[in-house]
Amino acid sequence: MSEEQDLPVRGTSRRTVIGWGGAGLALGAAAAGGAAALARGGDGIAPVADSGAAVPFHGAHQAGIATAVQDRLHFAAFDVKTTDRAELVQLLKDWTRAAERMTAGAEVGDGAYGGLAEAPPDDTGEALGLKPSRLTLTIGFGPTLFDGRFGLKDKRPGALVELPKFPGDNLDPARSGGDLCVQACADDPQVAVHAIRNLARIGFGKVAVRWSQLGFGKTSSTTPDAQTPRNLFGFKDGTRNIAGTETERLAKHVWVSGKDAEGPAAWMDGGSYLVARRIRMNVETWDRTPLGEQEDIFGRDKREGAPVGKAKEHDEPFLKAMKPDSHVRLAHPDTNAGATILRRGYSFTDGTDGLGRLEAGLFFLAYQKDVRTGFIPVQTSLGRADALNEYIQHVGSALFAIPPGVRGKDDWWGRALFS
Amino acid sequence: MRAVRLSVVTAAATAAALTAVTGCAEKSDAKGADGAVTVIAKDDSCEVSKKEFPAGHVTLAVENRGSKVTEVYVLHPDDRIVTERENIGPGTKATITAEIKAGTYTIACKPGMVGDGIRQQVTLTGAGAATAERSPEMDAAVAAYRQYVQAQADATLPKVKVFTDAVRAGDMDAAKKAYAESRIGWERTEPVAESFGDIDPKVDVREDGLEEGQDPAKDWTGWHRLEKALWKDKKLGAAEKQLADTLDKDLADWVKRVGKAEITPTSMANGAKELLDEVATGKVTGEEERYSHTDLVDFKANVEGAQKSFDLLKPVATKNDPKLVAELDKQFAALNTLLDKYRTDKTSYVFTSYEKVGPAERKELSDGVNALAEPLSKLAAAVVK
Repeated sequence: MSEEQDLPVRGTSRRTVIGWGGAGLALGAAAAGGAAALARGGDGIAPVADSGAAVPFHGAHQAGIATAVQDRLHFAAFDVKTTDRAELVQLLKDWTRAAERMTAGAEVGDGAYGGLAEAPPDDTGEALGLKPSRLTLTIGFGPTLFDGRFGLKDKRPGALVELPKFPGDNLDPARSGGDLCVQACADDPQVAVHAIRNLARIGFGKVAVRWSQLGFGKTSSTTPDAQTPRNLFGFKDGTRNIAGTETERLAKHVWVSGKDAEGPAAWMDGGSYLVARRIRMNVETWDRTPLGEQEDIFGRDKREGAPVGKAKEHDEPFLKAMKPDSHVRLAHPDTNAGATILRRGYSFTDGTDGLGRLEAGLFFLAYQKDVRTGFIPVQTSLGRADALNEYIQHVGSALFAIPPGVRGKDDWWGRALFS
Repeated sequence: MRAVRLSVVTAAATAAALTAVTGCAEKSDAKGADGAVTVIAKDDSCEVSKKEFPAGHVTLAVENRGSKVTEVYVLHPDDRIVTERENIGPGTKATITAEIKAGTYTIACKPGMVGDGIRQQVTLTGAGAATAERSPEMDAAVAAYRQYVQAQADATLPKVKVFTDAVRAGDMDAAKKAYAESRIGWERTEPVAESFGDIDPKVDVREDGLEEGQDPAKDWTGWHRLEKALWKDKKLGAAEKQLADTLDKDLADWVKRVGKAEITPTSMANGAKELLDEVATGKVTGEEERYSHTDLVDFKANVEGAQKSFDLLKPVATKNDPKLVAELDKQFAALNTLLDKYRTDKTSYVFTSYEKVGPAERKELSDGVNALAEPLSKLAAAVVK
């Protein structure tokens, strides 16, 4: 699908402001599992954060995957502390109910005030008065959840592999792995942080936060009409990302179905697989790199984001015109037997490290129907040869099976897995 | 020790103000609504002239006919103090007046000003002045907790003396050995212990808790100052010996006053949670005992104190929220099991040095604290439901 194709939305084109689903215009809901958003329009930057719309929580697929990418992220990985399966199931139900409320902009439980003076309120309160801000909460199950503690061994999908050691990886176990994850995306960081904080609180005793990451300034888009946002190196990347409305590409590359949802993976029908990587960027050395070299490394020009020799960012790249070790050439589907992933990465800056260097980088999130044909081949070729490797290092890594969406009020996160 | 005091357990002075009780001793204002009630205090008896008298403006005419200095208390059924008069010398008289609502109270004389005192029950009668209803279970819980707090405080003094004697003797090894144990009683009752705002900074402040303009060399007293002397400076000089004297004196003051702390069922419940907060902010990080690394001893004592409160409130909480009680039983057991990993003898308070507890183990301890503290924060609600 090309970005020139207009969508039949009340006669407006996708180059103008588009409202999806929650804003009153149902569009692509089947594919996106309830994607609803106001997206960036045209070439300008619309203040999407002000729209405050709510993204429907229920759907065939979980929201937060094909949903138009929000501006902010709080991603958390949890270790399950209980060994009681029933307790874990109850937590997933409790979390589902809390997620339904928070994504709709409501308070958790009995709310943040008005209760007993002697007891802490159910809701922590910092999101009071804020709009839903397109909050999406997306849950995932890590490989370690299937280690036998909860009788799930037989349900571990073949695609939920251990990621191989990629060249250049310098992974910190304290920033890697996890039995569960929750991705909270919203246009307001306070809304995203509130969501994770309250889920963690509900989970104390059953689960414990293993690590978490805040992100800002989405670095990829699931709305191809919009300009691709830039990463902290100042470049556009992932311009050919799968859009939330591209039903066919989503079915082909993102949603688990058919033979991929058979046997141990039957519960994954309608789900996806998520790779999360914390990629530290050495921004200081990058900033001292000559412009020409920077552009060669990416295989794009810095101003427009156009592939080497082309005029516009969305122009089809001619890979042979690029250096063999350029990022775009190595990451392109044509170099990787057609491997395509849906990216939802965010920049992060956690202040500075002890040496005064910006503790910054890219928190890379990629959804695909099978990592063995998605992330793994792409990262294998990138890790081996990417010219960018001189400036980046993968320091955290995790893989999660993302179950299908919650279908209604009686449904809950992981029902198909645990039933 | 906490930098900011948020305790719901407040000192008796506040309680007196809140309940509109005036407790003062005057020379000859012996006029109650029904004439003065006399209290004859002896070394082995405490005779109250009337067992039943009208509520309202009450006057107690106290005469100490014993040989020891005494004090006289009027107590609520849960041992909260309505009013009291200290330091009544042998052969002297004192008058206590107070506005007291109708209800049942205890009058206690404490010859020698120690112990629970010689007690008797009195009933104050009168319409329109009924005291707030409180269940006997709650009163029993509070009374038992008050006794626990006092017993912990009483038991602390001799243990502190072992420590301070060693400091005075210049015996580093003996002092190091006695240090952590001398703090257990304090740590078990920390929210109450800290409620005396003037004592806590004297005995349990860390160097970073000093204010701008305070000189660590002069103004820093208490356990942690001696901890630094023992483990970091490795010297016990004249200054340290004097600090040992000061610690004895300040803690003796605390022991005397601890019975006057205002304690209610909800303050007990929230106090239990606060003990876990102490663990979460100071112990699990290793900040509290940064020189001795005996954080796990404090940790254990904080958990024990919290568990005591919980156990005493259980009869009430079980009626209102049995699920919560079951969860708390489970989480207390889990945390205690986790702590036992760090001591070889479960009857002793010799724990692994916190220096040797690695980041992953600290995370596990922190997770255990969160798992207990979160449901514990709901105990107060279950008690007052």
